Amino acid sequence: MKVLMKGNEALAEAAIRAGCKHFFGYPITPQTELAAYMSKRMPKIGGTYLQAESEVAAVNMVLGAAAAGVRAMTSSSSPGISLKSEGISYMAGSDLPALIINVQRGGPGLGGIQPSQADYWQATKATGHGDFQILVFAPSTVQEMVDLVSAAFDAADRWRMPAMILADGMLGQMMEPVTLPEEDGKPLPEKDWSASGHQGKREHHIINSLYLTPDKLEDLVVERYQRYEQVKAQEQRAEEYLCQDADLVVVAYGASARVARSAVNQAREQGIKAGLLRPVTLWPFPTGALQKAAGRAKAFLTVEMSMGQMVDDVKLAIDCRVPVHFFGRTGGIIPTPAEVLGEIEKLA
Amino acid sequence: MKDLNILFAGFGGQGVLFAGKVTAYAGLIEGKELSWLPSYGPEMRGGTANCSVCISDQPIGSPLVTAPHALVAMNLPSLEKFIDAVQPGGLVILDSSLIDRPISRQDIAVRRVPASALAEENGLKGLSNMVLTGKLFQELAFCPAETLDQAIQACVSARRPEMLELNRRAVALGAAQ
Repeated sequence: MKVLMKGNEALAEAAIRAGCKHFFGYPITPQTELAAYMSKRMPKIGGTYLQAESEVAAVNMVLGAAAAGVRAMTSSSSPGISLKSEGISYMAGSDLPALIINVQRGGPGLGGIQPSQADYWQATKATGHGDFQILVFAPSTVQEMVDLVSAAFDAADRWRMPAMILADGMLGQMMEPVTLPEEDGKPLPEKDWSASGHQGKREHHIINSLYLTPDKLEDLVVERYQRYEQVKAQEQRAEEYLCQDADLVVVAYGASARVARSAVNQAREQGIKAGLLRPVTLWPFPTGALQKAAGRAKAFLTVEMSMGQMVDDVKLAIDCRVPVHFFGRTGGIIPTPAEVLGEIEKLA
Repeated sequence: MKDLNILFAGFGGQGVLFAGKVTAYAGLIEGKELSWLPSYGPEMRGGTANCSVCISDQPIGSPLVTAPHALVAMNLPSLEKFIDAVQPGGLVILDSSLIDRPISRQDIAVRRVPASALAEENGLKGLSNMVLTGKLFQELAFCPAETLDQAIQACVSARRPEMLELNRRAVALGAAQ
């Protein structure tokens, strides 16, 4: 049965149903309903909800819980994610799976509280210091927020790396009908590396990100990058809409993709052959789907709620084989379908 | 059905979001695609609040209503802010207890409902939002009356069951205008 839920609340309920019993957070608009929902639900299911004294504390609690082998998560919005970036880097350096949710708002600095996608670079390239990547999923509906939470937890466990859901204030605040998955009660993946007590029966496990010997550290980073190659080969996700015969392919993710989809529909009504390619994973970036689209399309148009942070990734994915144009609004402004249609008309 | 993009606008505390939620639930009960998007943040605490509801047979693109088919205006600033954005042929329902302003546009239908006064006189203080919602549903006629009743049942808090009957009365009052 479908229920009407806010994106923030749907993310929380989906996480609980995916077996997450440990949430550590700190309030910030436009994400707060997620933490509030957890504070009501977790005590009822024997889980842990803890409002930490700061974002830095919350992310390090996630690190500790993940090291003990449980599914753990935190959530915040843009400035809060910057504060969590140290802990995310430590988790990547310790090969720990965990889920981080960013319900983006306008930046830089404290910025504003309206929806934005200006943390694309942060999420995909610089979530913290050092050589590392995290998995980044970009839902565009409340239902997809639900579906990608369990996918993100599973992928994080599979590859032993942090995963992020990159949402925004619009998706977090809006309500849509959703079908929630049943709690199937199936056991979560065995974590034979966790520091969960050895009871004198085995060697103790050490979870650490400090390696003072360069040779050792280099080996570990190189091993991690070999794993990233497998992630790139296996985890790319994208949705194609009316791309088969499209001369102009709009590339947009998350909230922007909803606006772009409306604009593409309106363009089709005018006889303009436009399509939409929607990255669902931002890292790994869906280069395969983009390369395929570049074989047919005459031009691409990237639409974002930022100053164009995804444009270079699109150009790289297709080796600049066709021109990549850009249209965006930033600072908390959501582009309208009419604005995007105007750009499509200019390029058609 | 045709796409239906509705904007509810008023002061924070007038029940703008609740009216939108009831409308969204009616869409859900009818098996439609729908979205509900509130304005949020400090503006909700006493300032102007608004809420976008989209109902369609197709997946909803942008949930932000910038050119409403129907505007429910619960105060003067909201009417002034959004009146020009209403689509030609669209509908405006306004609380004439609070808004005393001529509307020059000839290409839209305007329904003036003294919702605050009606609510006050009938012991339904604070439910002018539902008086207007009753009128909205009567005008739009996109679902049977039972659907609206079920939507109210879904939205009224289980902790305040006495509100169910009051909401029903408010909606009936609006529909009779």
